[in-house]
Amino acid sequence: MAGGSQRVYKQRIKSTQSLKKVFRAQELIAASRIGKARGRTAAAAPYERAITRAVSAVATHTATDHPLTTERTDTNRAAVLVIASDRGMAGSYSASIIRETERVVARLQAEGKEVALYATGRRAISYFRYREREMAGQWSYGSDSPQADVAGEIADTLLGAFLAPEAEGGVGELHVVYTQFVNMVSQRPRRVRMLPLEVVEGVAVPGENDALPLYDFEPSPEAVLDALLPRYVRSRIFSFMLEAAASELASRQRAMHTATDNAQDLIRTYTRLANQARQADITQEISEIVSGADALAAS
Amino acid sequence: MAELNVDLVAAVRKVWSGAAREVSAPSAEGQVGILAGHTPMLAVLRPGTVKVSTAAGQVAVEVHVDGGFLSVDDDVVTIVVDEVTEVSGRESALA
Repeated sequence: MAGGSQRVYKQRIKSTQSLKKVFRAQELIAASRIGKARGRTAAAAPYERAITRAVSAVATHTATDHPLTTERTDTNRAAVLVIASDRGMAGSYSASIIRETERVVARLQAEGKEVALYATGRRAISYFRYREREMAGQWSYGSDSPQADVAGEIADTLLGAFLAPEAEGGVGELHVVYTQFVNMVSQRPRRVRMLPLEVVEGVAVPGENDALPLYDFEPSPEAVLDALLPRYVRSRIFSFMLEAAASELASRQRAMHTATDNAQDLIRTYTRLANQARQADITQEISEIVSGADALAAS
Repeated sequence: MAELNVDLVAAVRKVWSGAAREVSAPSAEGQVGILAGHTPMLAVLRPGTVKVSTAAGQVAVEVHVDGGFLSVDDDVVTIVVDEVTEVSGRESALA
């Protein structure tokens, strides 16, 4: 009986050790990719900065009404784009982004809006599909290294939906839910209203006395805006995706690190239990021998 | 003579950045050449060749672009393109 429990413990130690190796490998993979992901985020930053600056320049120097900057009143549909991951093993990453999405959806519905869901990442897609929620668009693209062309495709679809007439399922606003990369230990889900464009981030408001440069627009302010805004949306969505990728990898690294630690703890506990079982076996054997010898001596 | 401060950025990376004397780019209304002291301008680019020349008159970078836009503001020239298809010249000038 006692020998049986020893064997069971040995077996558990062995399987936990191989699991630990898997966790450790996943942790190292995530750790090595995270640097690359952050590098790509940094590499895409100048483009986004330049576009943002240009958009705000046009916005401050002209009074042009562009469809992308004006509120639509003819439709009460709102699009929500979720940027989630393709794989799990990232702790609460997928769960928290989906929870945030549900919150956003609930809030929009409370405002009397009809929500069109756009999902990227297999985790979000399967979540909504399992619940039989209709998705207006879905992409799974390798969420830990997003490509610019996929971002372009997503942005074009969303822009198309935004510019479409009401009867064809046009949407009046676009919200993006993604995970913001604060730092290596903290990533939080965040919601951004993308369209209609409103505040342009990161641009200093010119002071009262600053003379605003008078811009030449070539060929015309409208044409410049036409070319700029879709690019702006595309680059924003791409940068959200890159940031989400960095967040995903950071969560995965952390989750796998914890899993490795837990496996180590389990191994230690089982080793102790196995030692105890062995000791109990030995003690029992000794007491059997002693009592046998006593019985012989007494006879 | 004053110099231009040029940034050439593509969607996924910075292609070139540095001081230059002249920038030539294919704007919607024709090839534009920009020297220091140019009025602030925002132009849409059509497919064509962007050329940046340094003070010594050398071509620092010459690339083919598919479209994008160009902004000039206070001798800071920013060329934003979706993709650079063919790069010749000293791209390594950018650290």
